[in-house]
Amino acid sequence: MESTLPWLILLSPLASALLILLFAHRSKALSVLLSLSAVFLALGASLLLVKNATDTLTSIPWIDLGPALKLGIGLKVDALTRVMLLVVTGVGTLVHVYSTIYMADDEGKSRFFGALSLFMFSMLGIVLADNLAMMFIFWELVGVSSFLLIGHWFTKESAAKAANKAFLTNRIGDFGFMSGILLVWSTVGTVEFAGIQENLTKLTANPTFLTLAGLCLFCGAVGKSAQMPLHVWLPDAMEGPTPVSALIHAATMVAAGVYMLARIFFILEPSATALGVIAAVGAITALMAALMATQQNDIKRILAYSTLSQLGLMVAGIGVGAWGASMFHLFTHAFFKALLFLGSGAVIHALHHEQDIWKMGGLRKTMPKTFLTFAIGTLALTGMPFLAGFFSKEAILLAAWHKSLPVFAAGLLTSLLTAFYMTRLVVVAFFGHARTDAANHGHDCPAGMTVPLLILAVLSVIAGYAGFAEAIFGKELFHHVHAAAPVALVPILALSAFVLGTLGAWILYHPAIKDPAVFKDAYRIKDPVRIPLFANKFYIDEIYHALIAGTQEMLAGFLGWFDHFILDGVIVRGICAITWGAGYTLRLLQFGNLQGYAFFFGAGVVVLLYILTK
Amino acid sequence: MNPLTLNHYLLASGLLFSIGFAGVLLRRNIITIFMCLELMLNAANLSLVAFSRFHIGADGLPNYNAQVLVFFIITVAAAEVAVGLAIIVALYRARQTTHVEDLVSLKF
Repeated sequence: MESTLPWLILLSPLASALLILLFAHRSKALSVLLSLSAVFLALGASLLLVKNATDTLTSIPWIDLGPALKLGIGLKVDALTRVMLLVVTGVGTLVHVYSTIYMADDEGKSRFFGALSLFMFSMLGIVLADNLAMMFIFWELVGVSSFLLIGHWFTKESAAKAANKAFLTNRIGDFGFMSGILLVWSTVGTVEFAGIQENLTKLTANPTFLTLAGLCLFCGAVGKSAQMPLHVWLPDAMEGPTPVSALIHAATMVAAGVYMLARIFFILEPSATALGVIAAVGAITALMAALMATQQNDIKRILAYSTLSQLGLMVAGIGVGAWGASMFHLFTHAFFKALLFLGSGAVIHALHHEQDIWKMGGLRKTMPKTFLTFAIGTLALTGMPFLAGFFSKEAILLAAWHKSLPVFAAGLLTSLLTAFYMTRLVVVAFFGHARTDAANHGHDCPAGMTVPLLILAVLSVIAGYAGFAEAIFGKELFHHVHAAAPVALVPILALSAFVLGTLGAWILYHPAIKDPAVFKDAYRIKDPVRIPLFANKFYIDEIYHALIAGTQEMLAGFLGWFDHFILDGVIVRGICAITWGAGYTLRLLQFGNLQGYAFFFGAGVVVLLYILTK
Repeated sequence: MNPLTLNHYLLASGLLFSIGFAGVLLRRNIITIFMCLELMLNAANLSLVAFSRFHIGADGLPNYNAQVLVFFIITVAAAEVAVGLAIIVALYRARQTTHVEDLVSLKF
């Protein structure tokens, strides 16, 4: 029973995806039913696993090439797995329920739910995998399902392009991930986590090699968790339907990188260099993404940059050695960020696909339930004391305080900026008066959409408390969460960052939305703070465009020249000209005189005789 | 003792061949050229017969291989005459001429 539950969790979404793809894609209702029952089944099994809290490992032999390579399809359940299972199936279930309403009128509803089931299967595969090779396969599969879901509205050019961008950017990271797996395998001779841990001395014998392998594996996380410099795909991925953004691009898939790092932390731990690089990448991502978020106007993009920033914080947490704290933040972040995305989805749905916060306003009164839950999510994210985010963020900051002050400073500044941009978002979108007709007619969404919001809001409040979290994490793992010794200054600093950020945004933006001039010319409202560098995302997209497109065009130009002049000109036309010229010259010998031919023939014989008899 | 040696025969054969080849090169009429070709073939026959005659084996017999080859050449020449003359007749019917200078259309 214990060992069949993981298989049930893994295979029920796959069965649903296959059934929808093969048989049910004509019937929307049947597809929704299949997808929903699969995810509920997975959730139930996950809850049962968490309740029993026993570690299991079941493996089916798959590839056996003697001592060089033995691969199994193995499902590993331990404390780390159980936390992720609960996050993925929990948020997954709520998003499925929410989507039944959000996507109600969509043409491709069956396709959407099929892809959603495929995603659940792949994501649960990553979580349950007991070896790196299997993890890599599912790693690619989540990439595919993410591609399908970002490009769900593929007739929209921007959505199709965003899907391509996400997939291609991820490929760069995945290449590093694969190299890392091969490096580990070449030394240790196995890719199973347990096997690597047993033979870790083989790796630690060569510190440079270990650092290289660790950093290559980290590349996978850089791609999937959208760290600098591969972060560019995540904001564009917001072209997908909002439930997808909540599930894949906020709560689960982008957190897979952090989960993977926590899973292989024992490989990273012996290498101070690798951990230093990871901490630096995470801190830079956290800070820069927070700066970019302060100047965005699209409600989903603000949340996307916020996700980037929080993921950066988690990665930095891994870098300072606090993988338990990072997993804790992943856990709480999944709830409140999914809540925020689903809340923004409710707003977008009610306002007929209006995403610009400056065209909203006053939603506090017209959408009270959405506002309430959104506000709870915001406070949980920004680090309001006694809500989930406060505890988990503090755990990371505390670890950073002990290990590396620059990372701590970056984390603190990120917290301040998080409070700033989230308050800006709430003030502009929910307070004041409606600035457009659409905003004026806002309304709370049907129960199918608000109930998930309420459940997530409750979770956002309670997820941070030791009692609740320990029940899910288990004693042993939870011990890692608060491994660092408490320092009184850290919560005080975190709290002041929260207060400063929130107050700053309130003072700056509250007068702007009260400004009577706003109502005359709603569409031309000016952001009182304008920093083009942040609004344009540090011009990173432009730089990439110039670098990559520029290089590509130069290369294409050279290849075009080479093709035209060398291949076509010298080789193809050259051979043609030589053959033609030889033919033209030789046919002059065909002068038509019979006796002439006979003469040459005779002369030829004489010459031959002369040569042969010489 | 026969005063004629192999060299005499070969000289005669060579002269015949040269006369034939000169005829092929110099004469205009295609029938004459044809006859000159026959002369060249017979020059070859003459030298073959001479070789046979002057190449006496250990058993006191001449080497008959050369003579067999001569019969082959005679046969082939006969066939060639049959075909060649037919072509010339057809050519004359088509072009009303047997002069090689007028038959130069097969060229670039």
